Amino acid sequence: MYDILIAAILTIITAATPLVYAAIGEMITEKSGVLNLGVEGMILVGAVCGFAAVHFTGSATLAILAGLGAGAGLALVFAVLVLGFQASQVATGLALTIFGIGVSALLGQDLVGIAYAGLPKISIPLLSSIPLIGPLLFNHDVMVYGSFMLVFAVAWLIKNSRAGLILRAVGDSHDAAHAIGYPVIRIRYLAILFGGGMAGLAGAYLSLAYSPLWVENMSAGRGWIALALVVFATWRPWRVFIGAYLFGGLTILQLHAQALGVGVPSQVMSMLPYIATIVVLVLISRDINKIKLNSPACIGKPFHPTS
Amino acid sequence: MKKIVIALVIVLPVVLVGYFLLFKPEIPEAPDAVETNVGFVYVGPVGDHGWTYRHDVGRQAIEKELGVKTTFVESVPEGADAERVIRKLATSGHDIIFTTSFGYMNPTAKVAKQFPDVKFEHATGYIRADNLSTYSARFYEGRAVLGTIAGHLSKSGVVGYIASFPIPEVVRGINAFILAMRKVNPDAVVKVVWVNSWYDPGKEGDAAKALIDQGADIITQHTDSPAPLQVAEQRGVYGFGQASDMSAFAPNAQLTAIIDNWNPYYVSHVKAVMEGTWESTDTWDGIKSGMVDFAPYGDAVSADVRAAADAVKQSIIDGSFHPFQGPINNQAGEQVVAEGETLDDGVLLKMDWYVEGVQGELN
Repeated sequence: MYDILIAAILTIITAATPLVYAAIGEMITEKSGVLNLGVEGMILVGAVCGFAAVHFTGSATLAILAGLGAGAGLALVFAVLVLGFQASQVATGLALTIFGIGVSALLGQDLVGIAYAGLPKISIPLLSSIPLIGPLLFNHDVMVYGSFMLVFAVAWLIKNSRAGLILRAVGDSHDAAHAIGYPVIRIRYLAILFGGGMAGLAGAYLSLAYSPLWVENMSAGRGWIALALVVFATWRPWRVFIGAYLFGGLTILQLHAQALGVGVPSQVMSMLPYIATIVVLVLISRDINKIKLNSPACIGKPFHPTS
Repeated sequence: MKKIVIALVIVLPVVLVGYFLLFKPEIPEAPDAVETNVGFVYVGPVGDHGWTYRHDVGRQAIEKELGVKTTFVESVPEGADAERVIRKLATSGHDIIFTTSFGYMNPTAKVAKQFPDVKFEHATGYIRADNLSTYSARFYEGRAVLGTIAGHLSKSGVVGYIASFPIPEVVRGINAFILAMRKVNPDAVVKVVWVNSWYDPGKEGDAAKALIDQGADIITQHTDSPAPLQVAEQRGVYGFGQASDMSAFAPNAQLTAIIDNWNPYYVSHVKAVMEGTWESTDTWDGIKSGMVDFAPYGDAVSADVRAAADAVKQSIIDGSFHPFQGPINNQAGEQVVAEGETLDDGVLLKMDWYVEGVQGELN
């Protein structure tokens, strides 16, 4: 039983990590007042570029960077359209997803059917030999550690740093931020690029560690789940983190429950992660004033610097 | 406001016409009318490494063996779009059109009615007409061979089965597998996990991990990605490929794979069109015709296990054995098929219950 528990939790961590990356990235984008619905597309492009990089160069480091760069690259297209040309954010984001699905399939044509061993695990000496905690916390690949650090860093940045304050100001009232001299457009560019880079990392994690291979459309809707997590977690980093682990956790636990032969219809089991994540996040974030406090007021609105 | 409405009334038709002029679906120009021309409609991309990929291999076999021209349209959504694509193929001089997904059934039937001179063949459906055939494969025969191998090679006697949707096709495969496995190891059980998707590499892999964690030492699947096999390879257990040879992902773990082999069927039916002998048929073929084929055995399959698996294949081919011949018990242990009886195709096509040895309930 002990072994099954450890194994289940390890699987939960791998299932939650891509959601953490994509959702935290999107949260920063939305905090700046921009809604990017292209997460799914950016994940796929990150996945295919990461896998291509590891296949052609053999370097996991380059592969992770390629994922990051590819996601950010696609986000740049989005940023130019919505910030430069004032295109509708919703329509452009949807187009970005469709474009990402297509272009990743095109780029990955010759990568179908190739296997990769997966990112190496990094055991932290001494710490990883502690019973229970050791295997759970200190024996992962570099991207899992990275996701923990990302949440810490982003949570600290938003709450305690000047940069976080400026980001929130831009997202809450771009006119006011502009009036006191902040470069709204430039900050939004950076936030969109960050969001894209993180979505790219989520994709790289999918194709390098989660299921180390490339097949078309392999993200299978995780980008949309990340988008929903951001909203239900009311734009707060630790709640995004909890939501991602809750969703990943229930997805894995329902698979275990099925394998144990629990007599609940499998369709209900498959619904469980969605329902439970929404219910829990809505319950912990039900204070309407706090939601107003945390949700970026300018989300989705175009910004005209002249007005 | 009025101006905007007027502007829209003028602009919209222009945009729409422009759209259809610019983004016409990519269907090649009308082929030569004298030769035989063959069209294919695929539900997925040819690079899916599974279902559509194997149909495309069949299409290439037609070109190679008969030297005729073929056309294909990939990733066609099931529904209204499909009807448009099928009609376009029918009007552009194709003599026979294969539509390769269940959801194309009604569009194919509709277009077939309007083009009585064109032959249509629809995979996995049940609507037929004078110019509309149906075809499918008895994959459960392949599952029986896999079950035999699993019975010999599983030490724990527990097999993990990653399933997609609880439809008869999938349930039939699970039952055929465990019936054959229990002929070798009467105590064997199969644990089934439904992922409610045909295709989600991450979730399929997670299901494989969960099953292995709970004691399964062989993994088999009725979903389309190689992710479960890859997990089996990492964890040092065995597995079976699905739809095509997946040994590249699991050189040690893949024991064999069921391969959808449409080549002989496609070649013979196109040939019949060329010779003018084509007739509307209802085909449900298995190992005997080669429609259900296998990848080479992995190294872990020893000579005597190969012999046992080959014997099952042979007995299915010569008709001395049927995967669903009695005695068969249901999950409660009650005999539902007596010794000497065999379930007929009608029952098999509607199968919605588990046999003995399957863990979990079917809802």
